[in-house]
Amino acid sequence: MISDLFSLNVLIGILTSGVRLATSYLYAAIGETFGQISGVLNLGVEGIMLVSAYAGYIVVLKTEDPWLGLLAAILVGMVMGVATAFISVTLKADQGISGIGVYLFGLGFSDLLFRVTVKSPQILKGFGDVAIPVLSDLPVIGHIFFNHNILVYGAFLLVPVAWFVLNRTTFGLKIRAVGQNPEAADSLGISVARMRYATLMIGGGLSGVAGASLSIALLNMFQQNITAGQGFIAVALVYFGAWKPYRVMLGCLLFSMVNALQLWIQTLGIPIPSDIALMMPYVLTIVALVFAARSVVTQPAALTKPFERGE
Amino acid sequence: MKNFDFSRLNPIIVPLIAGGLGLLVGALMLLALGANPLEAYAAMMQGAFGSTNSLANTMVKACPLLFVGVGTCIAYRCGVINIGGEGQLVIGALFATAVALTFQDAPAWFLVPAGLFAGFVGGAFWGGIAGVLKVKFNVNEVLSTIMLNSIAGFIMTFLLTGVLIDPTTADKAIKIPQTQRLPAASDLWRWVPTSFHGGILLGVVIAALIYVLLWRTTIGYRIRAVGFNPKAARYAGIAVQRYQLLAFLLSGALAGLGGAVELYGVTPHRLFSEGGTISFTSNAGFNGIVAALFGSLHPLGTIPASFLFGALLVGANSLQRTVQVPSAFVITLDGLIVVFVVASQIWAQKRSVKRVDEARASVVKAETT
Repeated sequence: MISDLFSLNVLIGILTSGVRLATSYLYAAIGETFGQISGVLNLGVEGIMLVSAYAGYIVVLKTEDPWLGLLAAILVGMVMGVATAFISVTLKADQGISGIGVYLFGLGFSDLLFRVTVKSPQILKGFGDVAIPVLSDLPVIGHIFFNHNILVYGAFLLVPVAWFVLNRTTFGLKIRAVGQNPEAADSLGISVARMRYATLMIGGGLSGVAGASLSIALLNMFQQNITAGQGFIAVALVYFGAWKPYRVMLGCLLFSMVNALQLWIQTLGIPIPSDIALMMPYVLTIVALVFAARSVVTQPAALTKPFERGE
Repeated sequence: MKNFDFSRLNPIIVPLIAGGLGLLVGALMLLALGANPLEAYAAMMQGAFGSTNSLANTMVKACPLLFVGVGTCIAYRCGVINIGGEGQLVIGALFATAVALTFQDAPAWFLVPAGLFAGFVGGAFWGGIAGVLKVKFNVNEVLSTIMLNSIAGFIMTFLLTGVLIDPTTADKAIKIPQTQRLPAASDLWRWVPTSFHGGILLGVVIAALIYVLLWRTTIGYRIRAVGFNPKAARYAGIAVQRYQLLAFLLSGALAGLGGAVELYGVTPHRLFSEGGTISFTSNAGFNGIVAALFGSLHPLGTIPASFLFGALLVGANSLQRTVQVPSAFVITLDGLIVVFVVASQIWAQKRSVKRVDEARASVVKAETT
């Protein structure tokens, strides 16, 4: 019933799932932020997440070590990030369509490998919940924030780290320079291509963690299209967050809360058609983009534009 | 006579080589899967070109790619990116379904044009949303069209398990998201016993019409001017945003028409869903974009390009059946070829860039002397 939604237990449940579900969005969106600030729109995040989710899953299935699985997912993500950089930086391909290609490849390839190597779905034992001492004993808050698997904590810690790297280091300054004014950066001796390769590798590795956070932490299984559009939403969240890590995090939380709400609505049996409920995050993304575009922030000037070095 | 400039063939040869490389990577995968790639690709050729029937199947598969591809040409020439073909195909098909189910007893001369027109309008509506979002609200069209694709998939499933469901199965416990078979009067003309249908001819005619529109009319000139240099176009007094919106409406409309043609022309003549858009479209909304790139973003070039891409997809399906690899292989191969073709554009376009540079250089020279 609708009134069930407003009981304290359900509210805590929604907030807890919301924090948990934000994990994959956070890794993917923060990773994508690096790429976009350097001037590359990587639309293949969804495909990278899928292949990495599979890589993490199969390694944990064989070795029963979630850390090895995570490592595998990161490596696969970085390799695919480099491939993306080769396509969009070196070969200067259209970033929208090549990203769709990477997505289709990831969608098919992860499913293909899964069907050949695992065949029937199997649940595995991935990262378990780690209650943080003392903090997790706090009433309400303890349950919502401090009783999750390690990747959830990592995702939220990543935000200040990304902010620091992007805003307080020379590396971050160079990333912003090649995204804002590649010609000027180039004339100062910063290699535009090298910086963009670096950001896409970071983004790929983080997309890998995002995929793994689903297959070896949140769901502990793999299935075809396990990411279900999260990678695409993450790309949009970077726009929504105006290329600022903290605002991107707010966007991720907004989304994961809507997702959690939608799951609880179905669990409680509130009669909203499931297709309409599933559709809401996408509608919300568009609404969010409208509002994000209205505020006076300018996107990285060179976003989606390949850099052509003047002779 | 001057020597023939072989770089002139680049836009044709380069995508072919890229597609071939994609197939080569696919062959390595087949080897790893324990299948014989030679046998596999022989099955592929046989499946795509081996008989009149398979040729017809190839053209049927190429048909939605052609519609989406020609729409893509319009959008690209106007400097906007429409990745919303998937959603536009589905909404077009939904509109055409609604017409066919509303006028069940109508004669073919009414039903076919009305249904196809409804698909055209539906696609324009769905493309128009992205267009309005771009020109009025400054929303990036790549993102909005991707979101609209997903939304279209959910709307389709919602309607197919609701008001549009096949009435004979509506009472069952597990609802199959599909409509009843549409009235036979809505079927497009078919060259029996093959699967070749009249919508393919319509696609070729439309491609020719869009060529005329883009290169022989003022509207087309303005669309291309906006795409070539929006600032200069604005300076020349062209309402840039209006033409960008028009490009979205038109490219969406063609995809929607393609969806209606697919629905009316291809068995089972009903709309069905397995959750997303892909069960109905088989990724035609994405593959059509690649077909357009294959065809150098020219409506007439898109015709043979769609045919080749259709052959690839039909062939990949028969390959998958013959050598018994999971069907996910087809999507993988599809993705590989998309990546390879898009990545190869740098060589396909090199010549035209060089020519522009040369022209610029000669202008500069003329001005300085």
